[in-house]
Amino acid sequence: MPGPGIAAYLGIATFLFVTGAVGVLLRRSPLIVLLSLEIMLNGANLALIAFARHWGNGDGQIFAISVMAVAAAEVVVGLGLIVAMARKNLDLDVDDLSSLKG
Amino acid sequence: MLAYTAVGNVFVWIVWIAAAAACIGTGVLVVTRTNPFHSALALIGNLGSLAVLYLLLSAEFVAAAQILVYAGAVMVMFLFVIAYLGGKADAPWIGGRSWHQVAAALAGIAILADVLVAISLSAGGTLKTEAEVTRSFGSPEEIGRLFLTDHLLAFEITSIVLLVAAVGGVVLGSHARRTEAEAAAESAEDAA
Repeated sequence: MPGPGIAAYLGIATFLFVTGAVGVLLRRSPLIVLLSLEIMLNGANLALIAFARHWGNGDGQIFAISVMAVAAAEVVVGLGLIVAMARKNLDLDVDDLSSLKG
Repeated sequence: MLAYTAVGNVFVWIVWIAAAAACIGTGVLVVTRTNPFHSALALIGNLGSLAVLYLLLSAEFVAAAQILVYAGAVMVMFLFVIAYLGGKADAPWIGGRSWHQVAAALAGIAILADVLVAISLSAGGTLKTEAEVTRSFGSPEEIGRLFLTDHLLAFEITSIVLLVAAVGGVVLGSHARRTEAEAAAESAEDAA
């Protein structure tokens, strides 16, 4: 009996990506939007690492680690914007971010 | 090795099914909770079950980095911000216009069906067995060698991205403080 193949991992990756995408599109709170973005990035990471294992080549893992670094940077800036919104007493609603003027 | 015996593969399937179910369940929880604290905790569970899947794919270093950097550092920052916001952070399903919601759901279903069909048509076959990948695959040694030889440019660009993000975080924070001081000055002028 063979172990889980590449298609099994890609199915999970696709489901995670779509879950995150629906969260980004549907939810209004910027916090939940950021958390959903993390799920999308992790879905892509799982696909990268599954393909790296499929071809026996480490380049996909390098890409996944770079994605993690970019995700950390994105969270810093996103959370900074959310804290700035809260200090200006705006409602935490993505529609209020239609202009980023100070 | 255990993983390419028949009994070993049954064990791999059991771990895979448990991790995949946890992954999908916590992913759905993150998107559906109205309390962002619960969402963040579910995301930590999601990252942990993904780390298990990475281990099954013999990506040991990425799994360790996932737990340390993501489930550790990044999520702690999330939880601090949610705690700082307190009750303001609650996120009920306010929703936009109803056709936006319908379009979002349809787009999600379309992407899911599209990619699943593509996978089932073309991504057949099993992974390389343990014997076929080299022993150092996924080890810190191999990752470090790739980063400092083939992918040196990506490594350096990543450090610049992190530096820019750190500067951006400081600028956003200090900007908010300045506007608070301005607001205080304005209210003092109004009072005078």
